[in-house]
Amino acid sequence: MIGGLFIYNHKGEVLISRVYRDDIGSRQAADSAVFSSSGPFPGEWLEANRRNAVDAFRVNVIHARQQVRSPVTNIARTSFFHVKRSNIWLAAVTKQNVNAAMVFEFLYKMCDVMAAYFGKISEENIKNNFVLIYELLDEILDFGYPQNSETGALKTFITQQGIKSQHQTKEEQSQITSQVTGQIGWRREGIKYRRNELFLDVLESVNLLMSPQGQVLSAHVSGRVVMKSYLSGMPECKFGMNDKIVIEKQGKGTADETSKSGKQSIAIDDCTFHQCVRLSKFDSERSISFIPPDGEFELMRYRTTKDIILPFRVIPLVREVGRTKLEVKVVIKSNFKPSLLAQKIEVRIPTPLNTSGVQVICMKGKAKYKASENAIVWKIKRMAGMKESQISAEIELLPTNDKKKWARPPISMNFEVPFAPSGLKVRYLKVFEPKLNYSDHDVIKWVRYIGRSGIYETRC
Amino acid sequence: MTDSKYFTTTKKGEIFELKAELNSDKKEKKKEAVKKVIASMTVGKDVSALFPDVVNCMQTDNLELKKLVYLYLMNYAKSQPDMAIMAVNTFVKDCEDPNPLIRALAVRTMGCIRVDKITEYLCEPLRKCLKDEDPYVRKTAAVCVAKLHDINAQLVEDQGFLDTLKDLISDSNPMVVANAVAALSEIAESHPSSNLLDLNPQSINKLLTALNECTEWGQIFILDCLANYMPKDDREAQSICERVTPRLSHANSAVVLSAVKVLMKFMEMLSKDLDYYGTLLKKLAPPLVTLLSAEPELQYVALRNINLIVQKRPEILKHEMKVFFVKYNDPIYVKLEKLDIMIRLASQANIAQVLAELKEYATEVDVDFVRKAVRAIGRCAIKVEQSAERCVSTLLDLIQTKVNYVVQEAIVVIKDIFRKYESVIATLCENLDSLDEPEARAAMIWIVGEYAERIDNADELLESFLEGFHDESTQVQLQLLTAIVKLFLKKPTETQELVQQVLSLATQDSDNPDLRDRGYIYWRLLSTDPVAAKEVVLAEKPLISEETDLIEPTLLDELICYIGTLASVYHKPPSAFVEGGRGVVHKSLPPRTASSESAESPETAPTGAPPGEQPDVIPAQGDLLGDLLNLDLGPPVSGPPLATSSVQMGAVDLLGGGLDSLIGGTNFVAPPTAAVPANLGAPIGSGLSDLFDLTSGVGTLSGSYVAPKAVWLPAMKAKGLEISGTFTRQVGSISMDLQLTNKALQVMTDFAIQFNRNSFGLAPAAPLQVHAPLSPNQTVEISLPLSTVGSVMKMEPLNNLQVAVKNNIDVFYFSTLYPLHILFVEDGKMDRQMFLATWKDIPNENEAQFQIRDCPLNAEAASSKLQSSNIFTVAKRNVEGQDMLYQSLKLTNGIWVLAELRIQPGNPSCTLSLKCRAPEVSQHVYQAYETILKN
Repeated sequence: MIGGLFIYNHKGEVLISRVYRDDIGSRQAADSAVFSSSGPFPGEWLEANRRNAVDAFRVNVIHARQQVRSPVTNIARTSFFHVKRSNIWLAAVTKQNVNAAMVFEFLYKMCDVMAAYFGKISEENIKNNFVLIYELLDEILDFGYPQNSETGALKTFITQQGIKSQHQTKEEQSQITSQVTGQIGWRREGIKYRRNELFLDVLESVNLLMSPQGQVLSAHVSGRVVMKSYLSGMPECKFGMNDKIVIEKQGKGTADETSKSGKQSIAIDDCTFHQCVRLSKFDSERSISFIPPDGEFELMRYRTTKDIILPFRVIPLVREVGRTKLEVKVVIKSNFKPSLLAQKIEVRIPTPLNTSGVQVICMKGKAKYKASENAIVWKIKRMAGMKESQISAEIELLPTNDKKKWARPPISMNFEVPFAPSGLKVRYLKVFEPKLNYSDHDVIKWVRYIGRSGIYETRC
Repeated sequence: MTDSKYFTTTKKGEIFELKAELNSDKKEKKKEAVKKVIASMTVGKDVSALFPDVVNCMQTDNLELKKLVYLYLMNYAKSQPDMAIMAVNTFVKDCEDPNPLIRALAVRTMGCIRVDKITEYLCEPLRKCLKDEDPYVRKTAAVCVAKLHDINAQLVEDQGFLDTLKDLISDSNPMVVANAVAALSEIAESHPSSNLLDLNPQSINKLLTALNECTEWGQIFILDCLANYMPKDDREAQSICERVTPRLSHANSAVVLSAVKVLMKFMEMLSKDLDYYGTLLKKLAPPLVTLLSAEPELQYVALRNINLIVQKRPEILKHEMKVFFVKYNDPIYVKLEKLDIMIRLASQANIAQVLAELKEYATEVDVDFVRKAVRAIGRCAIKVEQSAERCVSTLLDLIQTKVNYVVQEAIVVIKDIFRKYESVIATLCENLDSLDEPEARAAMIWIVGEYAERIDNADELLESFLEGFHDESTQVQLQLLTAIVKLFLKKPTETQELVQQVLSLATQDSDNPDLRDRGYIYWRLLSTDPVAAKEVVLAEKPLISEETDLIEPTLLDELICYIGTLASVYHKPPSAFVEGGRGVVHKSLPPRTASSESAESPETAPTGAPPGEQPDVIPAQGDLLGDLLNLDLGPPVSGPPLATSSVQMGAVDLLGGGLDSLIGGTNFVAPPTAAVPANLGAPIGSGLSDLFDLTSGVGTLSGSYVAPKAVWLPAMKAKGLEISGTFTRQVGSISMDLQLTNKALQVMTDFAIQFNRNSFGLAPAAPLQVHAPLSPNQTVEISLPLSTVGSVMKMEPLNNLQVAVKNNIDVFYFSTLYPLHILFVEDGKMDRQMFLATWKDIPNENEAQFQIRDCPLNAEAASSKLQSSNIFTVAKRNVEGQDMLYQSLKLTNGIWVLAELRIQPGNPSCTLSLKCRAPEVSQHVYQAYETILKN
């Protein structure tokens, strides 16, 4: 299991260190001072450093000259797993054959938990909350085994104010422990709202790789259903969407419904759910039922590859005129209902490294050559469906001896559209709360669809 | 209020000040002081001097403060064991606290203090906590047992904590169950022999129930534990799989991977014919693809595992090639792994797409990635033969890019392809002129020299370079010198002039010291000792190690048991990177139901009957090899051989009778004799010799093992003609050595022989020639050459041969069983790479396992013995004291049989695993092995 957990700043100084296993060199005397670099006996520390596997990480990974070649590093029979958040390194250390996927999931989870407590993960915030972080690490990792790490549950008993034990009633205490260990660890009892309300966001990112000739090399949508629930009690929810399998199953019973909704159903390649969803029920009946955590959470993730609506088509034309000039013409076409508006459109056209000057003409929006990014960035605020726009540019190149050809990175695009490119539709979200007196009709529900570009690239 | 201020004080009298603050009356001040202490500790300052003062703060009802003090204790208790005792009282008291959070905190912290004196005091509170009414305390106590075990294993056993822990597996709270499972699994790992986890259908059922209810982490613990369970039969395996599959939709990738591990492992036990097997295969693909949309680090872990899964069961992801296409923004480690998987999934159906992608990648920036992409093109050429030409033209395109590392890599790759496709040489030679980069020219010249014997106009080509020798750059000159010397050693007669020319150019007309030195060395070598020159210049080159190497089958199986863990990320068994005894328990996949049946067959089936049973077959000469004869010769003509036919039934069941079509398809394969001499007499210096690296050392072949003659046709059944015989194979030709004895009273003449159609198309290659009439009591010995181009009909048993012999008296029929090894051809040595690929490619259902008893040979002896019967050792490996020989052999009809022979020094029996596309032959190959090894 995880032997130790360390948080480093970008310089490789240790901000947090928690050792769970004896086999990981404890760093009592090791390491240089983080916050005050003028500590005594630098010679001694250096000696201790040498013995310390943990410092090996700093030397071999953080200070490595090369780009990181693997998120898992084995140095002197000690394995280091690391993730990076802004310029903070989180590293889990072990000497055993641990479940590697679990370690990374845990590191991400830890980031989530910290973000939920104090916002952005930065050196400043970590220093400001070091006591809290130690407390959290004590709770969510025991002897290197991850324990309950649901923020909802943790916040009931790990607070920045500090809970004084005598102020809690016995009931409160056992409520905490039963929640932390219980079947529904993500929700506490007795939540009350005057107005029962829920928000559903279908957030999709559509990914495309297209050949210069307009052939789709690969396309998929990865979507998320994010739910914000403000519901009283322990509400039992059931979520329905136009999943092909479900609709076909129902269709067998009533023939006319198939004709109505069958066309709009979508084939989901795969989906994964928040731990509140009863997976065995999904496996047997394909119904999505759950008791939601309070507040915002990600209900499900899914992936589709069939019948994707590609909101934009990029048609590139690059012509090399002699050795010192390139002519680029890019046409974008929007491909959705004319009544809908796409926003935040950005087309990024890469330019060679030896570009000396660029002249751009575009019909719509603003285009600029950004030398530091080696690209022409063309921005359009809004664009309705079934429209077309064009940019043409002349790129002047410095003559160069470099025989290596320009790699021609793909043209990438960013946008946001108010529909789900996969075609997913929310059919219902039913809420039952057997103990409290509110029914499904009393709950105010909101649904919103947002389609964004993921990696949306056209090779040129 | 922020905590960072605690880090800022670095005054000289700091410790002293802190001491004062810690002893302050004000609670707030105390707490502040403890925070400062912890901050100093984090930074790495030694604050152990404050131990008594900090411990004094322990008695508090402020949970936050208590936690900080505990944190301090965990860090320093070991360095101050005597003082740590001061804390014991508080711990014991806290374990009785009405607040379960405090009880748990106390027991959790106590376990982390690794001081012997404290552990003694820990036992009683721990015992209570394990039975606490609150599940939070119980789940913490469960982990604490593992902690205590790590400090003092004996104590844990003596105190009976293990039993209590086992009881917790039946706890009502799922999290307690999960932690108990985690703790037990870890403890069990350090006691591989103990049956600590004692998994049985009942406890498995409990675990599966808890699986539905516990946290994501708990699910991982339980799934990892389930993976160690060995179901009784395929029914149980299936029912567990059914209950595990819903986990594939979990948002946590580790849960998904652990579930995949359980499924991959238990799938081994399921029969392929089962509908459920197919369903399961289909269910596995989507979650694996979904893992690729996780964060990059997890993608990396997933890809490393998919790499294993694709090798083990390529069918799962064979249609998912596109998801492994590299994205421009992928981190480099993800790119490299994706590339690896792309090659593995490449097939004729998708090769065009793959090549287009690979060509695209070759223009990227990262040198490693580009090199690997170029190399991948070469691998595609070898893997998908039909695409070779396409691959080569892609490579030639890339050579035109003139990016030096691309060119180099492309040439290296082309060199590898040469081994398989010599036609490429022509295409390349046509492109010679277009190479203007010295590096590419040098590489090209190297190719011409290296493969000179296969390029007709090699001398002309090199001569043309020689014309402009002085204009070339040094690296080209050096390469040209070497290439011509190579050429000379290969074709000495025609190139003498050329070599003299180049040597004089290099030594006399050049002022480059490197070139001169090299020239002189060659000159001396050639003039003093041409044999030595050959050894030096034409030395075998080691195979280029490729990162895309296939993993050896046994290691692959072991790694499949470690899906999700570090071992699967490193592609190494845990023993390679874990210190000490932990986690080095060797894991293996459960045996398939089918293979376990066949493994038993040699014992249960009567073929291997002990020598006493059929004494009539053994010739009177009283050969000691009697029991082997039984195996090879089978029963005499009299009556249908009951025993053998029952074996045959078994073999056919395993296969479902696909042999007919198989043999039909390979019917027209030319007899192997033509190809034979290649590795027998060829000089070692040949460019291909590295393919036969193991062969060269072993020495000359003495021909296959020959069984002594046995009576095939007793005189009383054939009106006085007795026929005994045996089969031999010598230097590629098979013959039937017959001994005809006339036991009748009249002269026998006009002999003729005919075979019925048989499984391998054996037929007499010449008429049976008995020159003189056979007078009474006379014996003749005849060697009848056999060919394998006769008509084919599947026989039962497979190696049954029905023979008709005619003489002037009558026609007699008899049947005999021929040992299969007479059909093993001389070019049955597979290339290592091919071997791995083929082994992986042949479905597991076709694997059969046998025990060869009483064969106290070591690996070398066995290997050379087998080699003389054309069973070739492709690779050898030593795994934990066992010698593993990977061997290949080819039958005359082109069927390859791959074998893994496991020999344990000191143990007289060895294990033989056979894999073959036509598994009917396995049984007979096994018998051949046994025969050869025991003689």
